[in-house]
Amino acid sequence: MRSNVLRHNLLTALLLGPATAWLLVFLVLPFVAIAVFSVGERAPEGGYQAAFTLAQYANLPARATAFWNTMVLAPAGALACLLVAYPVAYYLALRAPERWRLILLALVVIPFWTSLLMRTYAWMYVLGGRGVPALLAYVGMEDVRLINTPGAVLLGTVYGYLPLMILPVYVSLERLDRRLLEASADLGATPISTFLGVTLRLSLPGVMTGFSLVMILLLGEYLIPTLLGGGKVFFIGNALVDLFLQSRNWPFGSAIAITLVAVSVVVLLAANRISTRLSGARRVDLI
Amino acid sequence: MSKSYRDGLPISPEKFVDQLMRLKRGSIGRREFLGLTGLGIATAVMARELGIMPTPAFAQEGLGDRMSIATWPNYHDPATFENFQAETGVAVEVNVFGSNEEMLAKLQAGASGWSLFVPTNYTISTYKKLGIIEALDMAKLANYDGSQEDPRFTGEGTIDGVTYAVPKNWGTTGFAVNTKKLAKPMTSWKEFWDTAMAEGDGRTMVHDYQLTTIGNALKYFGFSFNSLKPDELAKAEELLLKVKPHLFAVSSDYQPSMRAGDAWMTMCWTNDGAQLHRDIPEIAYVLGKEGGEIWTDFYAIPKDAPNKPAGYALLNYLMNPKVAVREHLANGAPSTDARVNALLPKEVLENPILYPAADLLKPLEFGAAATLTDPGRAELMARFKSA
Repeated sequence: MRSNVLRHNLLTALLLGPATAWLLVFLVLPFVAIAVFSVGERAPEGGYQAAFTLAQYANLPARATAFWNTMVLAPAGALACLLVAYPVAYYLALRAPERWRLILLALVVIPFWTSLLMRTYAWMYVLGGRGVPALLAYVGMEDVRLINTPGAVLLGTVYGYLPLMILPVYVSLERLDRRLLEASADLGATPISTFLGVTLRLSLPGVMTGFSLVMILLLGEYLIPTLLGGGKVFFIGNALVDLFLQSRNWPFGSAIAITLVAVSVVVLLAANRISTRLSGARRVDLI
Repeated sequence: MSKSYRDGLPISPEKFVDQLMRLKRGSIGRREFLGLTGLGIATAVMARELGIMPTPAFAQEGLGDRMSIATWPNYHDPATFENFQAETGVAVEVNVFGSNEEMLAKLQAGASGWSLFVPTNYTISTYKKLGIIEALDMAKLANYDGSQEDPRFTGEGTIDGVTYAVPKNWGTTGFAVNTKKLAKPMTSWKEFWDTAMAEGDGRTMVHDYQLTTIGNALKYFGFSFNSLKPDELAKAEELLLKVKPHLFAVSSDYQPSMRAGDAWMTMCWTNDGAQLHRDIPEIAYVLGKEGGEIWTDFYAIPKDAPNKPAGYALLNYLMNPKVAVREHLANGAPSTDARVNALLPKEVLENPILYPAADLLKPLEFGAAATLTDPGRAELMARFKSA
């Protein structure tokens, strides 16, 4: 009996070991390093120099614009993504013929097999002067510029993260008890109030999951604004890349990274709170 | 330089359709299965890493089979690296950068993986001070002949009599204009910045590089390209922030946008100006009459280079005038080596983009080492980009 328990514990430790070690080495240790860097100083030629100062944190307002851009554009991007994704998920879950469903779902996922960088590069050519603007020139609209505009960044964002939004919404809609919809209709609700009162409400956990997922990724985004925005729209991710890869101010970059993580956690907890309240007593775990 | 889109395709359209139809019928061979699923490559890589399969027999003794170089966009004749591989068995991976700061950042972080890189003149003293680059073993560079180099461009590669870097080519930083879109003739940085906010609105690019973007904004007011004076930098910043909303992009890889017609005007290096003008004659290269930058790019070897023998071998190969002349024909920057100039055709040597008139060259300044590490300029650039 006793040896059984022991064996069980040993097995658990063995199974959890690799993941724990992985997280320790690649998540916890780097995080500690970043925290240590963030109270240091920039060496004269760049890099890190040991010190204990909060000067880097005091300097955070120097990147206020980048923080602000991120705080506005990340939720906006996630919202745009949701508006496009919801009808698709709704159709897939409730309207699509059974035999097509799997194929359609596969079509949603397949672009994910190609790296985001490749897909974003493709958009550079589609939106660039030899792409859509060249076609527009044929019908007499000369010198239309699509690339390096806020619209292009939004398009790239929605396109890039769409599957991450569709899938959780789809899952929550698919699990929906159809009898509730019938009951709502039987009790005299119009289709619109059924949708708002039943369908939308019950799919909120999926919506919040998708929303948080996309927003977290957007908080750290730097690729899409660089490639489709021409490096003019500056996210906090771009500020980070610059601090490490151009001006070599590791301590300030570390302070920003720590702040970004802290802000993300706060945002997530808030989202968790809101979604718990919205979906009544049902708890939703986002993290 | 017209190239068919079919060049370099891994498979011809006919073959692709053929293959596709066969797969549709459900027929697949072992080889195709391995190819399609990537298992073939995975197996080959594993076999090599585990030492099951020997490296190719043609690999030269001690050079290994791969190395990587860090350089600038559109800076080499791709054939150079292919020929080098054919001769030595060493495949060259090319990493492209937009600023010297970016290169320095990678090297400072360590494990860059480069066995050769292309720093600009004003950075070499800092690399030496930080102990990042190697004092070159000239015995391994038989093809280099210092006596044939133009001393105006090569001085900064040698510090206290020790050679740390040998020159690749020199050049200038001006701007390129698509004269079909912006017909007004321009001759100055003042006109560049003013046009960017007027006719060139939404169509102008500046480098993602503090030295040139800040330096050429300083030239608007007639200050030194290398200024570190706070009041002068403040004026440059004011101008940059005013221009920012009118820009098309902040990027050092401007050739694709200029070629596609998305951008009409850009800050530009000699070599890109020469390439653009060669392929699209209406794109002109202009040097600001107030001055700006003159530069030399060098080759150097990092101390932690993973494959030094191959780094030296490639550098020696590139110093061969017969190889270098093809590099210059492809990239369009002027050479520092008299032996190469002797081989270049007359029309290249008379190209005013490569060899500007003396009165345009005179006010140009070499970049100053202090700009590379000055935190003030770095933060100014960051404020400009995040504005």
